[in-house]
Amino acid sequence: MSTGRGKESDSIDWSQYPKGDFFDEMISDKGNPRAASRRIVSALSKLSGEELESRRVAADRTVRDMGVSFTVYMDGSNIDRAWPFDLIPRVIGEVEWKRTEEGLKQRVKALNMFINDVYHDQQIFKDGVVPDYLLKDSKNFRPECVGVNPPRGVWAHICGCDLVRDADGKFYVLEDNLRVPSGVAYMLENREISKRVLPELFETNDILPVDDYPEKLLSMLASVSPRKVRQPVIVILTPGIFNSAYFEHAFLAQQLGVELVEGSDLVVGEDDCVYMRTISGLERVDVIYRRIDDLFLDPEAFNPDSVLGAAGLMRAWKAGNVGLVNAPGAGVADDKVVYAYVPKMIEYYLGEKAILPNVETYLCDDPEQREYVLANIEKLVVKPANESGGYGMLVGPHASEKDHKTFRKLVQENPRNYIAQPTLQLSTTPVITGPGQVEPRHLDLRPFVLQGKTTTVTTGGLTRVALKKGSLVVNSSQGGGSKDTWIVAQGGKKS
Amino acid sequence: MMLSRVAERVYWFARYLERVESMARLINVYTSLLFDLPKDTGISWHNLVIASGSHHEYERRFSVKDEKRVVRFLLEDTSNLGSLMSSLRMVRENIRTTRDVLPAESWELVNEFQIFVSENMQQGLNRRHRTEFLGDIVKTCQQINGLIYDTMRRDEAWHFLVLGRSLETADMTLRTLEAGARMSGDCIEHDSVHVTDAVWSSVLGTLNAIMPFRRTMKVSLNGEDSARFLLEDTLFPRAVTACLLDMRASAAMLPRGLAVGKAVDGLIKQVEKGDGYEDVLVALPAHIDELQRQLGGLHNVINETWFTPG
Repeated sequence: MSTGRGKESDSIDWSQYPKGDFFDEMISDKGNPRAASRRIVSALSKLSGEELESRRVAADRTVRDMGVSFTVYMDGSNIDRAWPFDLIPRVIGEVEWKRTEEGLKQRVKALNMFINDVYHDQQIFKDGVVPDYLLKDSKNFRPECVGVNPPRGVWAHICGCDLVRDADGKFYVLEDNLRVPSGVAYMLENREISKRVLPELFETNDILPVDDYPEKLLSMLASVSPRKVRQPVIVILTPGIFNSAYFEHAFLAQQLGVELVEGSDLVVGEDDCVYMRTISGLERVDVIYRRIDDLFLDPEAFNPDSVLGAAGLMRAWKAGNVGLVNAPGAGVADDKVVYAYVPKMIEYYLGEKAILPNVETYLCDDPEQREYVLANIEKLVVKPANESGGYGMLVGPHASEKDHKTFRKLVQENPRNYIAQPTLQLSTTPVITGPGQVEPRHLDLRPFVLQGKTTTVTTGGLTRVALKKGSLVVNSSQGGGSKDTWIVAQGGKKS
Repeated sequence: MMLSRVAERVYWFARYLERVESMARLINVYTSLLFDLPKDTGISWHNLVIASGSHHEYERRFSVKDEKRVVRFLLEDTSNLGSLMSSLRMVRENIRTTRDVLPAESWELVNEFQIFVSENMQQGLNRRHRTEFLGDIVKTCQQINGLIYDTMRRDEAWHFLVLGRSLETADMTLRTLEAGARMSGDCIEHDSVHVTDAVWSSVLGTLNAIMPFRRTMKVSLNGEDSARFLLEDTLFPRAVTACLLDMRASAAMLPRGLAVGKAVDGLIKQVEKGDGYEDVLVALPAHIDELQRQLGGLHNVINETWFTPG
């Protein structure tokens, strides 16, 4: 391997780190490492440029060898891409994390109470806390779910809440993903990769483990089984190999030791129970962790043309014969307009103040707020209420006049479908950009919250990072990368 | 516990992989046989199309039955579902979603295989490099099978591989015999009886059976004994009976394998009934025909038992 014409390359010079005007996760305004990151910064400084480069190459190779990939749809075909991974971990102190975790649990609890309310008494609308137009034009409200009682009133068993830090260094909730949030497999794989390529860091830092997630997921799934048996039959339902998250579906099935099924493997009997077709005959299924959207779940209840799900699943679920995770209809709270009301919901249902703040949000449906959005569109981020994956949005400061005009028109035509938020001063963290070179890049964090009999939060979550300089887009489908996320006991050293 | 869909895909993976190898073998042996035979034997490239079982499709589309068209049709024509390229595509399709039950490296090998074949197809179409190209294909199939044989647990997935592979091998042996009988018939009609030995030698050669035949039958090569050996031998892995015995053993290891075991036994009995192997114009083709029909029935029993429950 060439090392650049024999020139000695140096280790990272943190004093030259080109920190911008943003809050940096690792380096403070004075150029010193933040408390939680002190050990890792000093350990990285001890690696020569060549050593660091060889670790980077090893990480790439590990990603490839472990077959960690994601699928992108491009030019009419599906391409399997290696998962982009940056070596330097993102570090969060344990004390700060504990508080964040509490905030997430509180939020998901309130969201579940909201969804349950939506499909039962709709008291929150009657009490005038939330306007009822939210339901009337909601794309994700499922009238088929009204009156259904899933175990413990939990609808969104798995939430992937996106957190960002603003210029003040505080965590804000950017969105709640309550339908089929993905990414947790990459969180687990990122830890595997960094253990392999930076083993010495794990000896000197007190890094909290993440690998109990499959265990927690399995017990959560078991807890919604309608049959109270010791080993309920759990399956993961995938739309198939062409789905962008197929890697994750297969990974989780292997980790949990459950079958990865496609719709055609399932059949709903006349007894309204779900069975899967095995070589020993039909076997009853108790819990389905479904990774396909509501509308494709059951051609009998929703889209009759869909071949992804299985006819009768809704029937079986309503009869209480199978657990569906997340429950159909849970997506009603996965709406950026509903999002704006979450702090109020927390007060309404739990009688508590929200621990985690929302990002300031303008509802285009409100005439006054809409006027503000139309007048200031070039400063704002405008998002459709029901999209995910970073599609169909406008980043005002980075967009052209023409785009501003297009979005002004879209907002005016369908105000209910749009919200706007100020452009955040998204925090940054160092990313390796060349041998011995680091530069700041923007990032976010997706922790996963599980709610079944108990509520648990992943240790940290999936950190996604924009790889392009100045870019705010972190989605892997749009060229983002990722980092291992460390929750470390502050100042703590392993004894 | 194994999903029916996964079992079915593993089974078809094995069947198609076997088809790829068989097709490469068949074309190779024919290519060398036809160069050895005098022009007036009446044996033509079209026999290859018949042996591959796709003559209806061929005749619907082409009237000329020359080497160029036949080889292209059997090797690269993806609109012919029986072509080597079509089978290889199905190998890949069937392994895609069953990667978790097969050795991890097999997926990589299959990918490389498909790339190799598409990039070098021209070599198979031209006579000059054909032998080498087809030889490489056979080797790659054996490499994949070797990897699986060496590293796979003898679990349920393994037994579905055995079922698929054995059934396909038995089918291929029957087709090769059928082609042999037909060519012998052609020879007799064209009064060139002296070349029938070359025909049967090519039949055995297609299945790598010349040496095993000699060591087992201890007679000079002839049609009657070739047919008997390829149908009734219990130890040569490409002989129909040997394939059936493997299937019976695997069926016994699978849940609800009883019906399949019974069907296999019935087929073994049918093979044993064989008589009149020397009559290549009527008795032998009729016997083979009946066996092929029953082999198709055996597939249906497998399908009903494991792949379509409920």
